[in-house]
Amino acid sequence: MAYKGNRINPQKFEKGQIKIILIILPLVLFMGLPIVFIFNHAFKPMDELFAFPPKFFVSRPTLDNFTKLFKASRTAGIPMSRYVFNSILVTVAVVFSSIIFSSAAGFALSKLKFKGRFVLMNINQAALMFVPVAVMIPRYLTVNVLGLTNTYFAHILPLIPVPVALFLVKQFIDQVPDSLIEAAYIDGATDYKVYLKIIIPMIKPAIATAAILVFQSVWANMETSNYFVSDEGLKTLTFYMNTLTNTGGNVTFQGIVVAGQGMAAAASLIMFVPNLILFIILQNSIMNTMAHSGIK
Amino acid sequence: MKRKTSIGRRENANHSAYVFLFPYALLFLVFILVPIAIAVLLSFTNFNAIEFPGFTGFINYINLITKDEVFMQYVLPNTVKFALIVGPGGYVLSFLLAWALAQLSKVPRTILALILYSPSMTSGVAMTVLWKVMFSGDQTGYINSWLIHLGIITDPIIWMVNAKYLLLIVIIIGLWSSMGVGFLAILAAILNSDETLYEAAAIDGVRNSFQEMFYITIPNMKPQMLFAAVMAIVNAFQTGFISSQLAGNPTPGYSAQLIVNHIEDYGFIRYEMGYAAAVSVVLLGIVYLFSGISKKLFKED
Repeated sequence: MAYKGNRINPQKFEKGQIKIILIILPLVLFMGLPIVFIFNHAFKPMDELFAFPPKFFVSRPTLDNFTKLFKASRTAGIPMSRYVFNSILVTVAVVFSSIIFSSAAGFALSKLKFKGRFVLMNINQAALMFVPVAVMIPRYLTVNVLGLTNTYFAHILPLIPVPVALFLVKQFIDQVPDSLIEAAYIDGATDYKVYLKIIIPMIKPAIATAAILVFQSVWANMETSNYFVSDEGLKTLTFYMNTLTNTGGNVTFQGIVVAGQGMAAAASLIMFVPNLILFIILQNSIMNTMAHSGIK
Repeated sequence: MKRKTSIGRRENANHSAYVFLFPYALLFLVFILVPIAIAVLLSFTNFNAIEFPGFTGFINYINLITKDEVFMQYVLPNTVKFALIVGPGGYVLSFLLAWALAQLSKVPRTILALILYSPSMTSGVAMTVLWKVMFSGDQTGYINSWLIHLGIITDPIIWMVNAKYLLLIVIIIGLWSSMGVGFLAILAAILNSDETLYEAAAIDGVRNSFQEMFYITIPNMKPQMLFAAVMAIVNAFQTGFISSQLAGNPTPGYSAQLIVNHIEDYGFIRYEMGYAAAVSVVLLGIVYLFSGISKKLFKED
């Protein structure tokens, strides 16, 4: 019988698909089990955390680790709520500014005519390769020179420009039909009106995608807390969580981990779950945006 | 095909375009372009964060190549090994997985894609505790316990201190979190590919799904393949940070010392920032080089 061609994106679940699932199952387990483990570990009571032989799944789940996590911060002088507040403030500010600035810049790059447009587009495309850790030192110096050290701005401003977000948004705006925009101009709309009334409503999937990518990078960011602020009260939740797991360095970490691993697992879960929820809510928009992600 | 249509009304388009661009462009300039420029400048100095930097010419680069034994003996080989496995390895893996997922119906596909992508949401660093517990050096460590149970080893291995295994562990973690944005881009591209192409190819004599993959799927999604490649490269060099998170900086016997750890070591531990800047420039150069190679591979003619 002749080969019929692959069925990409089949409508119904068929038996043949079970074979595919079985083939990729080992990799799915490899990727998924550590996550499952964190979920289990975070809810383990003391005796199960140190059970021998160690048990993967929790049998008597408890919230102990979470309560301990909150108590630990109280003894450290700075209440956990302060870190939570800092993190939420910083994350909201960065995500919000980033999507507004990226969509505005994306609109200009995609649909407006101005000098230097192609140069700017190429610069941003090259910036996709940008590796932030490579410039930690100059960034630290820049933040210093601008006098942003020990302010919220040190957390917020450096994280707003995300080349990947601008790139994806711009590619998506390219898909907005020119005729639609043309018609608006004929009706007398200004560029600002076109941006607000046509572009923004039509690129919601791309905005959602940019938002989640920026969220992921800000929420987990430690560079700003490590290097740009020294005031404990200004540091973020990620930083605090990390001190719980990482105070030992390479010498005594074994001991540290044993003492605090339940708390640390709870902390990891707190860092992870918002990402997971956002991704589940926005997954349709993300896949829709990614279809236009090509570099031409 | 390049579209060159621009719609803005001629008389004010220039003006408002700059207004739209300004906020992003300003922050991009200050926090990305200027730091890169400073890194390049500092790399030619002996800056130590205290005194005003003095110009030293190419001495940092020369030292890096000729005198920095740690770099040549450990950092470079480790980085090459790590980047080659996690970069192209993770890339091929994400393509194959996306390709397999695209042949499933929506519900199982979405669930599996979510599982595969979830490590990328954790940003590695937040999961440090996970790996420390998993690879704990005594017999209560999960990996040790399982290996002993299976009879593969008899005594627990002190994973994080043992130079023999550390790089391997870091590579495994790198692969674990390599199904990132690129993976989603490839999956979306395959799902959106034109079905008539596949029908035509079947009539033209494509016999099996592998021929189909090479002759139809990949050539038709080169732009997304390139995007994913760039993301994979950046990810491969960025995730190296996990090394020092797991085992401290420097890592025991420099066994898992990667280029980003070397930068951190010189920049923030020894405060030889001029030298660290030179290493950063080399890192950016390597990323640029690899991205250039991918561009050659996937450029649409």
